[in-house]
Amino acid sequence: MIREDYEVIIGLEVHCELSTKTKIFCSCPTEFGGEPNTHCCPVCMAMPGTLPVLNEKVVEYAVKAGLATNCKIARNSKNDRKNYFYPDLPKSYQISQYDMPLCYEGNVQINDENGNKKTIRITRIHIEEDAGKLNHDEYGRGSFVDLNRAGVPLIEVVSEPDLRSAEEADIYLRKIKSIFEYIQVSDCKMQEGSLRADVNVSVRKKGSNELGTRTEMKNMNSFRSIVRAINYEAERQIGELEKGNKIIQETLRWDDISGKTFPMRDKEDAQDYRYFPDPDLVAIKLSDEYIENIRKELPELPEVKKERYINDFELSQKAANFVTSSKYYSDIFEIATEKSNNPKAVSNWLMSDVARILNEKEEEADKIPFTGEQLGELVQLIDKGTISSSIAKKVLDELFENPKSPSKIIEEKGWIQISDESAIKEVVLKVLTNNPQSVADYKAGKDKAIGFLVGQAMKETKGKANPQILNKMFIEEIKNM
Amino acid sequence: MQITDNEILHIAKLARLKLADNEIQSYKKNLQEIIDFTETINKIDTNNIGETIGVNENYNVFRKDEIKQESNKEELLANAPSQDEGMFRIPKVIN
Repeated sequence: MIREDYEVIIGLEVHCELSTKTKIFCSCPTEFGGEPNTHCCPVCMAMPGTLPVLNEKVVEYAVKAGLATNCKIARNSKNDRKNYFYPDLPKSYQISQYDMPLCYEGNVQINDENGNKKTIRITRIHIEEDAGKLNHDEYGRGSFVDLNRAGVPLIEVVSEPDLRSAEEADIYLRKIKSIFEYIQVSDCKMQEGSLRADVNVSVRKKGSNELGTRTEMKNMNSFRSIVRAINYEAERQIGELEKGNKIIQETLRWDDISGKTFPMRDKEDAQDYRYFPDPDLVAIKLSDEYIENIRKELPELPEVKKERYINDFELSQKAANFVTSSKYYSDIFEIATEKSNNPKAVSNWLMSDVARILNEKEEEADKIPFTGEQLGELVQLIDKGTISSSIAKKVLDELFENPKSPSKIIEEKGWIQISDESAIKEVVLKVLTNNPQSVADYKAGKDKAIGFLVGQAMKETKGKANPQILNKMFIEEIKNM
Repeated sequence: MQITDNEILHIAKLARLKLADNEIQSYKKNLQEIIDFTETINKIDTNNIGETIGVNENYNVFRKDEIKQESNKEELLANAPSQDEGMFRIPKVIN
């Protein structure tokens, strides 16, 4: 826990790979994976004499991202060179944007941990190219450069230091991810590195208006490590200040195993990128008409969708918030609701069991293997009384492992609910004989005893009996005793 | 503006160049000439000239987002001083 008398100040720089077909400055595919150096050409390998040409879709997607985050769009923009040496950067400069980013002064709304609405300001969104990948081998034979990723287009979304806790940073990042998924400019897969964040953290005594010295943790690529790293770093900084030490402005590396941060490079190496306009590229000028056309094509954004779910489907705030937290959830929700006509049940399944299973697998909603159609059918089967909700949970497990039509699954597994009284009468009688105490309790007015008996009968039938019918049968049988 | 020895050393460091003492002075002289030249340019009155972005008047030179694969790995790696398993092999980089 962070000390009460301190405040944590966080700003994020979110890097997001755009889902264009080709790279930002050449016609190589952006597809993830592939044999090393097979998605390359002389341009993205920085061969002498090659020239970059900007991909029009990159500009379009960046403007889309800007509009979806309430940014102003620059009518005039350009590309700049950011100079530094690193073996994953073949030109020894990254083409980025310095003083004229495509988008600026935006904001997103989040609901903080306590459900309060909060506005997080966005300083700017600019376009740039990704670097290649270095592979290291354990025999010390050297490092190996794969340039498949070099030149994949990125947008960098820079926030103002408006975030006040690791949890808020997590909520903000999830919001950015969900917006970009909805507008389909990026698939935002953290495990593939298509979404990563540089995290800036500083602390100050509550009541102070001055910002403290910040440290930066680069290239964080999981929600969990971001939360841990922020909490660790805030506590470390408070500890230093309490000891009377000063915070050094530096870049840190978060180590997930030890749960600590370490300085990345010595201060002598302080970054000096010597930005200047890239003379190989020309200016970008956007007309009002171009921008308005993109605005018109924007799909329904999560905030609007959330209101619609609350109004049209009577979902609770919490449910609507959850279902719209990811495009993958809301796509499934909409299809399953259309099929089952039971939006509340569908949202409950997503919020409880589906989320729990994903959590156990440490995966995000994009990894859900079944369709909305299949979840809708599952809800229908419960509503029709074909299966009990405990069987439905088993069907859901099966949908994760081997997705196919739920009615096929229950047929193959023999999980159809028994609603025929004669078929379960024997079980009811057996449970009554074995549990005389519960019978006595019920007769003495303890209605809860029926629940216990139903539970025993469900166990006996491996969840296949219809619990409503069991309930009715137990009451009748006890009456007749 | 006068360029200092320290600035020369800083620039050399950024460029990964190791300079001998006498080289510092010769680079300092060369760079000073360039800076003086830009100061001459800075004296030009640009009050009636519109702002430009970039080095020429062109703008919006774009490419369609269509995949073209014309190169093969063997050709691209042909001039690499060292390679292994389809990758450029370089001295070990410590993260």
